Amino acid sequence: MANFAGYRRPYPGSQPNHLHPPYVSSMKRSPSKPLIYLPHTLSEITGPVFDASKIDVEACDLTRQHKGEPLGERITVSGRVLDENGRAVPHTLIEIWQANAAGRYLHKVDQHNAPLDPNFTGCGRALTDGEGRYRFTTIRPGEYPWRNHYNAWRPAHIHFSVFGPAFATRLVTQMYFPGDPLLAYDPIFNCTADEKARNRLISIFDWETTEPDEWLGYKFDIVLSGRLSTPWEK
Amino acid sequence: MNWLYQDELAGPGVAGERIAIAGRILDADGQGIPDAVLELWQANAQGKYAHPEDQQEKSAHPGFQGFGRVPTTEDGSFRFTTIKPGAVLGPDGKLQAPHIVVSVFMRGLLRRLVTRIYFPDEPANAADFALNLVEPGRRGTLVAKRTTEHVGNLEWNVVIQGPDETVFFDC
Repeated sequence: MANFAGYRRPYPGSQPNHLHPPYVSSMKRSPSKPLIYLPHTLSEITGPVFDASKIDVEACDLTRQHKGEPLGERITVSGRVLDENGRAVPHTLIEIWQANAAGRYLHKVDQHNAPLDPNFTGCGRALTDGEGRYRFTTIRPGEYPWRNHYNAWRPAHIHFSVFGPAFATRLVTQMYFPGDPLLAYDPIFNCTADEKARNRLISIFDWETTEPDEWLGYKFDIVLSGRLSTPWEK
Repeated sequence: MNWLYQDELAGPGVAGERIAIAGRILDADGQGIPDAVLELWQANAQGKYAHPEDQQEKSAHPGFQGFGRVPTTEDGSFRFTTIKPGAVLGPDGKLQAPHIVVSVFMRGLLRRLVTRIYFPDEPANAADFALNLVEPGRRGTLVAKRTTEHVGNLEWNVVIQGPDETVFFDC
């Protein structure tokens, strides 16, 4: 019997190293020994499948999860989940979380001196459709200070978590906004060595999905590892 | 992410040997990491994954997904219950020893860490292909330990950095 058709490993520099000293928290939270290369097996080419029954419709609209509307600039973030071969990744789970318009997370450890918004939780989830498309409605998150270094501010960002078709394709990343002057100073954005790969984290302002009098549209496509060859068959 | 927290992977009707795995996630100073999340993926007791690409001729168990998501508490502890997975197919048509695959996420970790949990007193461990990728002195970091109280209670820790560092895979 043949072995398993696994997923492609990332190109050098296109993903962050675990140890990135400018991001101080990585110093004590990164392995010191080299990772051991694991050929993909049935355990890695499978992964959890989520069906629509677990996802409420309002879960993809972060502005409609409470009685009132959240403060801030309403936006949509939409795009496609694709693999490196350009194939859509259908029916896969995307989760997002973000700070509110004032740059404050609804989380007990966030003590940033900015107001909470009773109408904004900042968490959303959605399944991609049959063509890998997704769309969230939310508000533009605020920048916020953190203690990594002197006068450190995180650029506005939305956290993304994507499963893809297999354990091997699991990805957690962050989406940024075009033209943000804080990007150049941010050790997390800059942890990815390859400049082109890094810039793929920046969403694109999208006139097509911008709705008159309603919201600005941003486009953010997510590319997961591609399959090395066709799956084995018995 | 907490809407998907799932620390009981197997509901009451799911067949298999009931186990509980508990441990801590520790940083380079041996301090518990309070903001970590583990994700778990495993086969059912027959060794079959609830996924369309598992073509093994074994029966799926309706209602058993095999996925868990478990956060750590203030001192870096976690605990989950499940059933012991059966052996699944590995490379060259050989069975792998029973195992759970694990993703580790936390603040300060720029990419997830991938590791595996194996089971103690398991003869198949000796020939397991993934364990044999690891130098013998470090294999123990991937094998849960029996705790004295109860046969199904296992301990397994994640040491991110240091002399007892857990084996992490490039996956």
